[in-house]
Amino acid sequence: MRDGVSRRRQRGRRNHIRCRLLVFLLLAALLLLAVIFAEELCPYDPNAQIFQPLQPPGGGHIAGTDRLGRDLFSRILVGLRTSVFSTLALVAVIAAAGTAVGVLSGYCGGLLDGWMMRVSDVCLAFPGLVFALAIAALLGGGIQNAVIALAVISWPKYARLARGQTMAIKSSDYVAAARLAGDTAPQIILRHILPNSTGPILITAVLDIGTMMMELAGLSFLGLGATPPTAELGSMMSDGRSMLQTYPWVVLGPGIAIFVAVAVFNLLGDTVRDCLDPRNSHRT
Amino acid sequence: MRNHILRRLLQLIPILLVITFLSFAMMRLAGSDAVLQKMENTGMVVSQEVVDAARAELGLDRPFLVQYGVWLARLLRGDMGTSYISGQEVLPAFLSRLPATLLLAAVSILLTILFSIPLGILAAVRQNRFTDYLIRLASFVGNSLPNFFVALLLLYLFAIRLGWFPVLSREVTLQNVMLPASTLAIAMSAKYTRQVRAAVLEELGKDYVAGAKARGVPFRVTLVKSVLRSCLATILTLLTLSVGSLLGGTAVVESIFLWDGVGKLAVDAIQMRDYPIIQAYVMWMAIIYVCVNLVTDLSYRALDPRIRLGGGQR
Repeated sequence: MRDGVSRRRQRGRRNHIRCRLLVFLLLAALLLLAVIFAEELCPYDPNAQIFQPLQPPGGGHIAGTDRLGRDLFSRILVGLRTSVFSTLALVAVIAAAGTAVGVLSGYCGGLLDGWMMRVSDVCLAFPGLVFALAIAALLGGGIQNAVIALAVISWPKYARLARGQTMAIKSSDYVAAARLAGDTAPQIILRHILPNSTGPILITAVLDIGTMMMELAGLSFLGLGATPPTAELGSMMSDGRSMLQTYPWVVLGPGIAIFVAVAVFNLLGDTVRDCLDPRNSHRT
Repeated sequence: MRNHILRRLLQLIPILLVITFLSFAMMRLAGSDAVLQKMENTGMVVSQEVVDAARAELGLDRPFLVQYGVWLARLLRGDMGTSYISGQEVLPAFLSRLPATLLLAAVSILLTILFSIPLGILAAVRQNRFTDYLIRLASFVGNSLPNFFVALLLLYLFAIRLGWFPVLSREVTLQNVMLPASTLAIAMSAKYTRQVRAAVLEELGKDYVAGAKARGVPFRVTLVKSVLRSCLATILTLLTLSVGSLLGGTAVVESIFLWDGVGKLAVDAIQMRDYPIIQAYVMWMAIIYVCVNLVTDLSYRALDPRIRLGGGQR
């Protein structure tokens, strides 16, 4: 009797999580669509300096205009595209590269494993953003360089995760069975290890999107990311910060845009975790 | 225990060597050395022979590893070179600004502890009630705000609109440190409150809590004497994990509030490509970070008897 009740409650909880997942996936898709079609959605040319500068929000301009007389809403949309695309590229690269390194070193073990883990130890020994600052300083400005700087410091997290997963799966019976059946190492990695370790890696990757977007915008804010002609939210805010006192919307608009984008991805990440985390299925 | 401390201190040596080596290599990779930089600064055009002679004089023509050794030896004597821009010695310039950054970091850690530990415990105790939802919502919002945006929002609200704090925190005083420290504390607390909540919740789900309840031990006593005591080590470790992002965050926050610490020094140096200063910054931050981790690891043992007693296996 009680068992039935708790099982029903559990099923209700799972349905609830699925519902949430659907909603946040839709929201994220909407954000992606808005960003992909940013140029079509812009009411004005984001780089045209043709309006009266520093108009407050309202009237013909939803978010007002900046100090060069450009429509802020259009610039925010295009800037959001720069932020979202470069963040997604960054997360995809570090997740893929980190997983590849982790699976290889977990599977092969031995000397390779030892060296890989030492390298990742060194990367983790530096406090994240400080190292990124130094690398960005080395490489110079440009959003690609900021992406590279963040990639260099953040892949070890994935490598360690994938390595742990690989070592656990490697010692399981079905991998031994596959090996007995004559599967080669690449076959085992592709058919058994990779599919079975995607869950935790996916959770980490989706949860990372928000953080990475903020760090990338932070580097741009310091002048180490996007360079002037490109619209990017961090550099737009850095540009407007001296006008905070008199024209606050120049800073608030892009800030709210970053907040919304990060919040959507964070919500999605939390839900994906709740959905894939096996602990959830027996926790009421 | 003493053996363990000794072993950890010995393990520190290779890590420090790698940190210094990377900091040195980074500077070399920048493709610029003191000679070229000096020429650029003075605008002189000189022949290759003069450049080579100047390099030989400074030992820049020797093999990479030998140069590293020379550099390391000078480093150990406290000589970190001179700034390309101001010609100042790097180490004194750096050390004179370090206290400001340490004060900023200390105040923000203090604020974080003051807010997130009680809030995290409260949220765990009132799980799935209104208080819990409110705290989780606040921590979610804090988690989704980039720190430079928080800084600008605080500036706008408390310095410009309300006028409670000065807009620029040039001088190092306790009133001036509040806004930059709150910025860092908001970002840290948001993450940390969640972690404290999760740690306390996990401990509350254990059998001994139900056992204590069955024996009629008041919940408050169980919470303070057993649950919090066993969570303490986890809570402490999680706090030091966020020190890394705190150290990076100080760079952004300092340059917004014009707080005269090492972070602002580094950001200014990056804009001017003043590599010796950047090098000093990266190296010292990494060393501080490693030391903080070491101290946590050691105090972790002092705090948690389970680890102390079972120390042989680690």
